[in-house]
Amino acid sequence: MKKLSLFTGCLIPNRYPGIEKATMLVLERLGIKCSYLKEAACCPAPGIYRSFDKITWLTLASRNLVLAEEKDTDILTICNGCFSSLMDANNILKNDAGLRNEVNAHLQKIGKEYRGTIEVRHIIEFLHTDIGVKKLGDAIDKPLEIRAAVHYGCHLLKPTRDRKLGSAECPVFFDELVEATGAKSVPYEGKTSCCGAGGGVRSAMLETSFRMTEYKLDRIQKAGVDCIIDACPFCHLQYDAGQVELEKSGKNYDIPVLHFTQLLGLALGLTSDEVGLHLNEIVNLKFEEKIAQIQNGNKTEI
Amino acid sequence: MSYSVIRLNISFPIFNPMKNPDILTCFQCGTCHASCPSGKYTSLNIRKIVRDSIKKDISDQPELWMCTTCYNCQERCPRGIKVTDAVLTLRSEAVKKGKILPAHRKVCNFLIKTGQSIPLDDKHLEIRKKLNLRTDEASWKKARKEVKVLLRSTGFDELVKR
Repeated sequence: MKKLSLFTGCLIPNRYPGIEKATMLVLERLGIKCSYLKEAACCPAPGIYRSFDKITWLTLASRNLVLAEEKDTDILTICNGCFSSLMDANNILKNDAGLRNEVNAHLQKIGKEYRGTIEVRHIIEFLHTDIGVKKLGDAIDKPLEIRAAVHYGCHLLKPTRDRKLGSAECPVFFDELVEATGAKSVPYEGKTSCCGAGGGVRSAMLETSFRMTEYKLDRIQKAGVDCIIDACPFCHLQYDAGQVELEKSGKNYDIPVLHFTQLLGLALGLTSDEVGLHLNEIVNLKFEEKIAQIQNGNKTEI
Repeated sequence: MSYSVIRLNISFPIFNPMKNPDILTCFQCGTCHASCPSGKYTSLNIRKIVRDSIKKDISDQPELWMCTTCYNCQERCPRGIKVTDAVLTLRSEAVKKGKILPAHRKVCNFLIKTGQSIPLDDKHLEIRKKLNLRTDEASWKKARKEVKVLLRSTGFDELVKR
């Protein structure tokens, strides 16, 4: 297997840098070698650019792929949108000589050439496949005894013909990872339903996107959980900022939202601040105290 | 026979240039619409989009942009029609005609200007510094420059001006 380059995308470094910090710390603790894909630009976001112009979308994605080819590393993504754009573009370009030639004609202008020599990974499927649930569980001293609502996010799973990660109706691999941290993955209605952000809907029709988020949050709240665990900063933003927005219409959720790398960081003994929970819109101190209690062996008094 | 072929080429925008011919096999069962998270709250009826797209030009329909591209419709279609892929084709046809929502145009301009769809602002630059995360202006500058060259080469900057 090749070494890995971390592709952070736009949203994580520029709006949720806490997720980036947690990811770097977690990879280090697990002894996974991974360096930044420097000079990377937008993946580009599938919702808008893939809709607008396929060749532009492929060309910008191929530039990022070539950066990894030049380093001879695979790409590790921590966002479902980046995963979707880069993986799909990689598959299309590997299999379609006509499009590959067209894209390479553009890349030539910046002195690059796409060759199709690397793979694109998502940290969830990477940890599940290459590290494994058991090894991850073994690395954890104090299991987090909390209840979590797992949100896969659409583009981690679908289209299944390209992702090849099994069922999109009843997936289990992400839940298994979450449970390796000691948390319980709580079932809830509409679990595989969309957060509402994708496809350019959040950017152009914010209110509409929040109706879908409300649908999800109502059901997550009903299931009675300590937190939401996601695998994508766009879903993360939608749930985190969405709760604040929905407060205006009288909703009161106050459910902390964590990217999986943040949850894993907590399970590996990092503090809430170290994994960047204080940088979320929703800061739930009760949750942070609960985590601190577990980490300190339940000795802390509230 | 020949009449219908001519009619296909002239009036069926989705067949121009024959990108999603599988939608002809749709028998309007409605599984797609029943699976649509957006359709619960909006006027998006993906079954109608599929039906209408083979009859007329629907580039003007705002519903095209209400899809979150969650792929439920495509995954569940009993005919195996690539419904979400077809929505992407229909959107790009609309964009060619200059049908671009103002918010999307704004995001496109961020990309052209900064190489990112969500550019770094001062607030988050400060947070990055505090967290000891990289602030690698030289690499970012190179990325910006190369993205600009590529977007000009593919004609994207002209496309979003329409």
